[in-house]
Amino acid sequence: MTGSDVTRDGVQGARPGRDAPTAAHAGRRRRRRGRGEQPMVPDAEFSSYYGKPVLNRPNWAALDIAGYLWLGGLAGASSLLAAGGHARGRPALARTAKLGAAGAVSLSLGALVHDLGRPSRFLNMLRVFKPTSPMNVGSWLLAGYAPLTMAAAAADVSGRFRPAGSAATAAASVLGPAVATYTAVLLSDTAVPSWHEGYRELPFVFAGSAATAAAGLALAGVPSAQTGPARRTAVLGAALELGAFRLMKRRMGMVSEPFEQGRARGLLHAAETLTAGGAALAAVAGRRRAPAALAGAALLTGSAALRFGVFHAGVASAEDPRYTVVPQRERLEDGAG
Amino acid sequence: MTEKSAGAARTGGRAKHAYRLSGPEPDVAAAAGHHDPPPRVGFFTDTSVCIGCKACEVACKEWNAVPEDGLLLTGMSYDNTQGLGADTWRHVAFIEQRGPFGGREPGAGHEDVDVFAAARGLGAPPSSPGPDGRTELRWLMASDVCKHCTHAACLDVCPTGSLFRTEFGTVVVQEDICNGCGYCVPACPYGVIDQREGDGRAWKCTLCYDRLGVGMEPACAKACPTDSIQFGPLEELRERAASRVARLHAAGVTDARLYGESPDDGVGGDGAFFLLLDEPEVYGLPPDPVVTTRDLPSMWRHAAMAAASLAALAVAGFARRPR
Repeated sequence: MTGSDVTRDGVQGARPGRDAPTAAHAGRRRRRRGRGEQPMVPDAEFSSYYGKPVLNRPNWAALDIAGYLWLGGLAGASSLLAAGGHARGRPALARTAKLGAAGAVSLSLGALVHDLGRPSRFLNMLRVFKPTSPMNVGSWLLAGYAPLTMAAAAADVSGRFRPAGSAATAAASVLGPAVATYTAVLLSDTAVPSWHEGYRELPFVFAGSAATAAAGLALAGVPSAQTGPARRTAVLGAALELGAFRLMKRRMGMVSEPFEQGRARGLLHAAETLTAGGAALAAVAGRRRAPAALAGAALLTGSAALRFGVFHAGVASAEDPRYTVVPQRERLEDGAG
Repeated sequence: MTEKSAGAARTGGRAKHAYRLSGPEPDVAAAAGHHDPPPRVGFFTDTSVCIGCKACEVACKEWNAVPEDGLLLTGMSYDNTQGLGADTWRHVAFIEQRGPFGGREPGAGHEDVDVFAAARGLGAPPSSPGPDGRTELRWLMASDVCKHCTHAACLDVCPTGSLFRTEFGTVVVQEDICNGCGYCVPACPYGVIDQREGDGRAWKCTLCYDRLGVGMEPACAKACPTDSIQFGPLEELRERAASRVARLHAAGVTDARLYGESPDDGVGGDGAFFLLLDEPEVYGLPPDPVVTTRDLPSMWRHAAMAAASLAALAVAGFARRPR
């Protein structure tokens, strides 16, 4: 009902589009099989309650949570470069990576606590151990990982407690990859269509993105004589990220649309360009300082753009009932024969 | 990560039942670690007798002291509540449909109705137009609520253990534990739970846990004047619902269907299920919800493989001799 009045001069105050769709005009996909009337736009039409979303959208602040995803990846992969540099005699690379890991994980913890509705209760995360909650597992991971990165960085900078520093560096490099990839599970373990449906590939996207971010930091902050491993890590990481992301979008079907729309579209195009360009520049830069630093900045920015793009695409998919209803309806109809 | 280890963590290893992430679960309270629990209770909301009075919304707000949830006129029929959230634990949906209901639906508009022609059409198949080919208005009303899923994603993903399974098989937030991480909000496949503005914590229907504890029925069911909201042991409600659907089908209301009653669905069956007169999505409900944690073991496996790939990638980066 539109609340309109029918007068001698016609309908007054009509508000088009306010009627709930009826059973007869809902245009469900099964009607395409030739029974009954044909909907005008078979693929686009679906029923919803006044276009309202089925899901409640995540209330997370983009800067906090997408920023956390980026910083967590940067820290985790930096710990790998730190351990590698430490073991293979590249002290400048090791120091930058250790400082980067400790700094990034500190900032990411700050972002996580800041995003809580009750920040003073952040320690409640550790009152249980609960493998069904990726956020709980992540909290325990960070509780173990963050002190290790700080110990590794402190030992390196101060030059004291070297054996303990080496042990912390090695231990951080074991936990680092988990810190970098569990964040994909954090997003996928929700009802948000564009996050959940990508659960197979998203950890690989985030792994690649973490590698490019850490390599980017090393390229930007380490004398170029020691950046050989970072350059190779950048190229391999970019290939993993871009390849896994393409595969993910192809396998997701219609719920990949939010990656190509709105704010996510620009961010993800920028991410692809910056990551591919940064990796290519890193590969050809050799020992020249300025191109390496430029490549590093591009890789860091590209990784951040990817995380923000994935974040915004998921939120958009939760806000549009189409991405909840249509895949479920198709699943039901496939199941019914 | 296995489902078994997840269960052991939840129950402290005491319970005999394994904790499952999906599929039928006949004794959900025992699986959560309750010893000798009372029968699982829930709601059966029969929307075919809902009159849209919103007594349930009011009773819920009054009993649970739920704050005001926004005063605005939406133009969405008589629904200015819009949907479930932190400050709305019962929501009455209003759907106005114009369609060929075949004289079976009395509808709202009675002007120029030829009652004799309409009476002749009563035996006609429900979906055929009236005798003069006209369509009619029908009004669907439905009171939505938290489904208290058998496999509740909000509970599974809660990192603090604030959300828990009660001895009655319902799902409740402990507001003195919740730290407002907001993870339950996007985890819910029905869009039920949300964070309260200015408070930060997550809130939703408790199925009146306080009332259940002293043998009273929840406030909404108590207030419902047509028994559209029925409260009771889930097994009994399922039987009652099945016979109600059979009666409606026999009376020619072939659109009547149950939603959320099957233990074989994607969430292992709802503790609060519904009798609907149209597709679930028309009411704003997901047609085939699946608890996201069903795929969690696979997610952890993929993340582990990705972590190994990342480590391998870094090793490859260092593979050459230092220059």
